[in-house]
Amino acid sequence: MNWLWLIGAVLFLVLAPVAGGLIAGIDRKITARMQGRVGPPILQPFYDVGKLFEKERVVVTTAQNFYVLAYLVFIALSGAIFFAGGDLLLTVFAFTLAHVFLVLGAYAVHSPYSHIGAERELIQVMAYEPMIILVVVGFYMVTGSFFVDAIAAATVPAIAYLPGVFIGFAAILTIKLRKSPFDISTSHHAHQEIVKGITTEFSGSTLAQIEIAHWYENIFLLGLVYLFFAWNPVIAIIAVAVTYVAEIYIDNVTARVRWQAALKSGWLAAALGIANLAILSYMMIGGA
Amino acid sequence: MSSMAFLKRSPWILHYDASSCNGCDIEVLACLTPLYDIERFGIINTGNPKHADILLITGGINEQNRPVVKNLYEQMPEPKVVVAIGACAATGGIFRECYNITGGVDKVIPVDVYVPGCAARPEQIIDGVVTALGILEEKRMKMTGEATRPAAGVGEER
Repeated sequence: MNWLWLIGAVLFLVLAPVAGGLIAGIDRKITARMQGRVGPPILQPFYDVGKLFEKERVVVTTAQNFYVLAYLVFIALSGAIFFAGGDLLLTVFAFTLAHVFLVLGAYAVHSPYSHIGAERELIQVMAYEPMIILVVVGFYMVTGSFFVDAIAAATVPAIAYLPGVFIGFAAILTIKLRKSPFDISTSHHAHQEIVKGITTEFSGSTLAQIEIAHWYENIFLLGLVYLFFAWNPVIAIIAVAVTYVAEIYIDNVTARVRWQAALKSGWLAAALGIANLAILSYMMIGGA
Repeated sequence: MSSMAFLKRSPWILHYDASSCNGCDIEVLACLTPLYDIERFGIINTGNPKHADILLITGGINEQNRPVVKNLYEQMPEPKVVVAIGACAATGGIFRECYNITGGVDKVIPVDVYVPGCAARPEQIIDGVVTALGILEEKRMKMTGEATRPAAGVGEER
């Protein structure tokens, strides 16, 4: 029996919050430097989450805490399946389910701000979901497997076959990382257009759980970027870093768009992905 | 066993303009600019009372914003502190004789730190917030039942 998958899952569950928090801290530092500021310490995200656990628990409806916990559990689960080398489709479905729980949590509270945030989160899910499925399909077409361990072990450079899919994924990555121009449901930048969007009614330890779930989520997404370059680990790690810094740059040079534009951009990315896959399948039929 | 006291390292601010002439507000926002960059200290200007630890209020209380200020204060989770910025927030300032002005912020909610000035300077505001952090920490320790230290000096309590 091969227990290697278990090690991957456990390592993810233990280390992802640490790595995710550090990346969030580096993100804030780089953002500050891009704006000509000194910026907070690298460990600031951990101070923030620690602080949130020290605060009074203000609960509007007990259901909201249950939904947020479900969000955290399913995000962690989807990442764990991914890093265990499991089924990529299952990972993506668990990932989507997690966001459904977050939206339900925001709808559980009778607050117009929370509801607008929830609606916008749903629009974001609609915008990125087609593209993220196309990523999975693309990996299957190139490597012949839906399993992450097989895709990671493949010797073909997936990026060479899936450049359109990668660009499309990079576009929706901006949505997923909650960065401008697509940070419509909530954003890292403190002062929000509509109070704080989807997280308006969450405070204290519940907000901390959302933050930790976001760290898990970011590590999983960066893992997905890694898969495109998995044939060469050194290039892959460089590619992940470059992609993330590019996302920070985009975050700092763009203003937030309306939800219509966010939805169109997400589906335009999907169209690019489909075009890429169509050409790929044509070449596979013609060439082989 | 005392907890780690992250509160001081991550104070999130809610800024409310009660009836200020905007002079103090501009100085509050100046603290966020690259010149003063209060995010260095983990301070974030949030627009949401439920995420805030420190309430910064500029301007005096009038009949229209009295319920708003009370509401904002009550929505903030404990521990929390209030910093009244500028002469108007402290006493009503030059507007105190007006028919609609109730007076300083402390007529409606307890104020922990008064920052004087018309308008208050960014350095003074930062000093006021740092003073408030000491009071915030005391309140946290009272909340968790840890032994309290002697009062931190400069700030006026309630």
